[in-house]
Amino acid sequence: MGKIVKIAGPVVVADGMKGSRMYDVVKVGDEKLIGEIIQLNKDRATIQVYEDTTGVKPGEAVISTGAPLSIELGPGLLTSIYDGIARPLPEISKIAGDFIPRGIEAFSLDRKKKYNFVSKVKAGDDVQEGQIIGTVKETDIIDHKIMMPIGVSGKVISVSEGNKTIEEPVLKVETKNGEVDVKMYQKWPVRVPRPYKEKLDPTIPLITGQRVFDTFFPIAKGGTAAIPGPFGAGKTVSQHQLAKWSDANVVVYVGCGERGNEMTEVLYEFPKLIDPKSGKPLMERTVLIANTSNMPVAAREASVYTGITIAEYFRDMGYDVALMADSTSRWAEAMREISSRLEEMPGEEGFPAYLSSRLAQFYERAGRIVTLDGENGSVSVIGAVSPPGGDFSEPVTQNTLRIVKVFWALDAPLAYRRHFPSVNWLTSYSLYVDKVKDYFDDIAKGFYSIRAKAMMMLQKEAELREIVQLVGPDALPEEDKLLLDTAKSLREDYLQQTAYHEVDTYCSIEKQHIMLKMILDFNDAALGAIDEGVKVSNIIKVPVKERIARMKYVKDIEKESSLITAETKEQIKKLVSEVVDLSAGGN
Amino acid sequence: MLKEHTSVIEVSGPLMVVEDVTGVAYAELVQVTTPAGEKRLGQVLEIRDDRAVIQLFEGTSGIDTKNTKVRFIGETMKISVSDEMMGRVFNGVGKPIDGLPEVIPEVRLDVNGKAINPFKRTYPAEFIQTGMSTIDINNTLIRGQKLPIFSGAGLPHNKLAAQIARQAVVRGKEEKFAVVFAAMGITNEEALFFRNEFERTGSLGNVVMFLNLANDPAIERIITPRIALTTAEYLAFEKDMQVLVILTDMTNYCEALREISAARSEVPGRRGYPGYMYTDLASLYERAGRIMGRKGSLTQMPILTMPDDDITHPIADLTGYITEGQFVLSRDMHRKGIYPPVDVLPSLSRLMKNGIGAGKTREDHANVSDQLYAAYANGRELRDLVAVIGKESLSELDRKYLDFADKFEAIFVKQSDGDNRSIEESLLIAWQLLSDIDASELKRIKKEFIEKYYKK
Repeated sequence: MGKIVKIAGPVVVADGMKGSRMYDVVKVGDEKLIGEIIQLNKDRATIQVYEDTTGVKPGEAVISTGAPLSIELGPGLLTSIYDGIARPLPEISKIAGDFIPRGIEAFSLDRKKKYNFVSKVKAGDDVQEGQIIGTVKETDIIDHKIMMPIGVSGKVISVSEGNKTIEEPVLKVETKNGEVDVKMYQKWPVRVPRPYKEKLDPTIPLITGQRVFDTFFPIAKGGTAAIPGPFGAGKTVSQHQLAKWSDANVVVYVGCGERGNEMTEVLYEFPKLIDPKSGKPLMERTVLIANTSNMPVAAREASVYTGITIAEYFRDMGYDVALMADSTSRWAEAMREISSRLEEMPGEEGFPAYLSSRLAQFYERAGRIVTLDGENGSVSVIGAVSPPGGDFSEPVTQNTLRIVKVFWALDAPLAYRRHFPSVNWLTSYSLYVDKVKDYFDDIAKGFYSIRAKAMMMLQKEAELREIVQLVGPDALPEEDKLLLDTAKSLREDYLQQTAYHEVDTYCSIEKQHIMLKMILDFNDAALGAIDEGVKVSNIIKVPVKERIARMKYVKDIEKESSLITAETKEQIKKLVSEVVDLSAGGN
Repeated sequence: MLKEHTSVIEVSGPLMVVEDVTGVAYAELVQVTTPAGEKRLGQVLEIRDDRAVIQLFEGTSGIDTKNTKVRFIGETMKISVSDEMMGRVFNGVGKPIDGLPEVIPEVRLDVNGKAINPFKRTYPAEFIQTGMSTIDINNTLIRGQKLPIFSGAGLPHNKLAAQIARQAVVRGKEEKFAVVFAAMGITNEEALFFRNEFERTGSLGNVVMFLNLANDPAIERIITPRIALTTAEYLAFEKDMQVLVILTDMTNYCEALREISAARSEVPGRRGYPGYMYTDLASLYERAGRIMGRKGSLTQMPILTMPDDDITHPIADLTGYITEGQFVLSRDMHRKGIYPPVDVLPSLSRLMKNGIGAGKTREDHANVSDQLYAAYANGRELRDLVAVIGKESLSELDRKYLDFADKFEAIFVKQSDGDNRSIEESLLIAWQLLSDIDASELKRIKKEFIEKYYKK
């Protein structure tokens, strides 16, 4: 047992701590606040405390729990909302009311609820660590697979199926070290990546239902992406959209140092949203970690690790998991704050020198893997970044970009004109484009070739706009005028997507393919008309353009597309015949 | 009897260090008696063995290292609150300065408050009508929201805040309301302006004022918003009132924060502001909201003046990352004589989507707002182009957009001080302006709404 000698905000120093280990969890002071040892010097330990230290005095006791910061993993995780160190917020409100007090202890998982355990093994079977030994129907969408804890292997002595709480043993296993009771939950230290057999190349896209992401800057299952952007550019809405519609089996959403009302919004909206595949509420596949900006800063530092540990746990069951971290900048700032209280020598902009290695370690926990049980699973990580002043040259953005493979750059000028998602198509990139090509070609043939054509037109538009700034649009040749109009259509009718429109909020790959094709088909038809002498100023007035603009809101895109094709043909033909008539009349 | 210490060993800026103390708690309140007998308040910032670093709210002038007496009070900073505070005026640390006696406390509350459990928050969704088109249509204020005004020196942010406080109503509801006004380092003249405004409109009885003026100690400003918010929370969540908190000027608050940080020789973040400024500001702004099962609400309207009108300055930047949107005032608009000079494009209300629409404002509200944004942005961009190539080389449609941008500013945004428009009136003006553009161009608006509202 140690004794406190110094208190400075979230950092406490205690004497008499000989024998404690780095990253052991300790109980600080009379209120037993939870903390973690982050520095040892002889018998003096420096502790970061996950709760407000107001009122703590020198001389109060510090007790080590002898274990690193760990969380419980088992049935009951889904649909939960936790704080940064996995204490359930509903439970805290039952104990303490509407505000969050200090020194509260609550189990992450419900100890009373019973789950129906169905075994996959029988007495006499050999079981290995990480092996799936049975399932529990946790929600209508997800079967929670119960796994052997890491480090426990042996021969099954007995199996006990049926309705059980997580505290009751389901297997008795004879191991090298004697008999072990296996329960439905296990504990895992959050800062340690969970083991797997091997990493695979990510070649399957994570379909998000968001056109700009899927079509132009896809992320693979097991991949990493960053969404940097100034405030108001729509980082959080994008993260929410990804959490809602991406085709992961399980979603872990970490609200790291952000607004309380945003977490409330998730809690309020997700139960009402229906998963397009299963028809069940999206909440049933979601785990929320909420450490809002006014909650203690050290717990914010821990929250991303809590989140990724839960994600890895579901990955080990063979699921595709998506983790959204909003915002990694707040996590980095928490590191900076702790570092400065430790009086460490600062690196760039006051951030600690280990910022880049911490970021790298975190993102490296993403990936598509073969589990210990031989199944495929993945964790995709999508981190929001909040660069000060929207300046992407700052350390957190730059260090993140060195690691992640997808960069979705959000842009204030686009946000100002309410072009959402405000992803800048010229500066964003995805290194998965070639890796996931085969997959796209399978489900939507030809999609990739028109995708490239569309991207080229958008780039050409940027060049032409510079010329227009100097000479005006009139001076351009007709082909270029048409390109400007088609690019405008790509921007407004395709890239813009309304998160709050009941149909447009999610767009399937098939629909994306058809929509893109409609816009480019019109462009081709118009090019043909220009050759016949039709003016672009007349082409852009044809009524079918409005139809194209509104196809994103149409549910039955197949039917709509055949109408558009027919109308395009007919209306362009009419324009051409008018020109021909005119020239014939002139003769 | 609390022990008195005379062991001050160091005084520097707003801080002092006391030696040989025992049993002192982190963040504990301290009463300091200067050699001249004056009593001041302070707070423990750090304890190391038997040394405590203390931050003095009312400055360190007159403090010596010989006769100054320090007494640790044994509790953290608390304020006595009661609904009798309505109509009263206090200084920056909560002492009455209106000549009336101290408030008889109903309860004493910790000024730092506690974080609302996100699980117990109610998602804010009640539309507040302010009577100003550009706010009601484009950046709707919602009850329980924190929506700051980003202004610059010399812009009429005070007039705007006062007008919002005066006109804000939730339609169809008659409820108890209160305004909590916290001044941090503003001039006496500005404070007087607000006081007169409240008096003129007969609402002074519903206002609690906390005044830390420009000539009051800068460090006191650290406490002023916390006291104000504690009072506001009490009125909102214990007394079921609809509370609007005006915090002005947050820039002065942040300067005070920087001063303390510098005095402690901390590693500075951007522009010398402390690295924890985000967390510190969040501990204020996050105290807005609504709570399940409680009738009251706490809406915040912080005002900050952006140094050199720079929206990327750390104060504005960090605020924008915490608050649920912002009203940005524009010097250009102000120069053109447009009031309220709201720069529509960078302004934002993150909570508006749940407070508008059928049954709340009107079915077409969201579409109209999006369309106004898109069309105005288009018009603004064309203005730059016209400056180079002239209006003649624009297409007919582009010219319509250009006209739209001008009219949008002159007719929709601009309104006189006394003009209190209903949401229907604002929508009517919006449709009149939009109807000058071809209906086929209004891609942001559902067809049925165009058929219903477009003026042919």
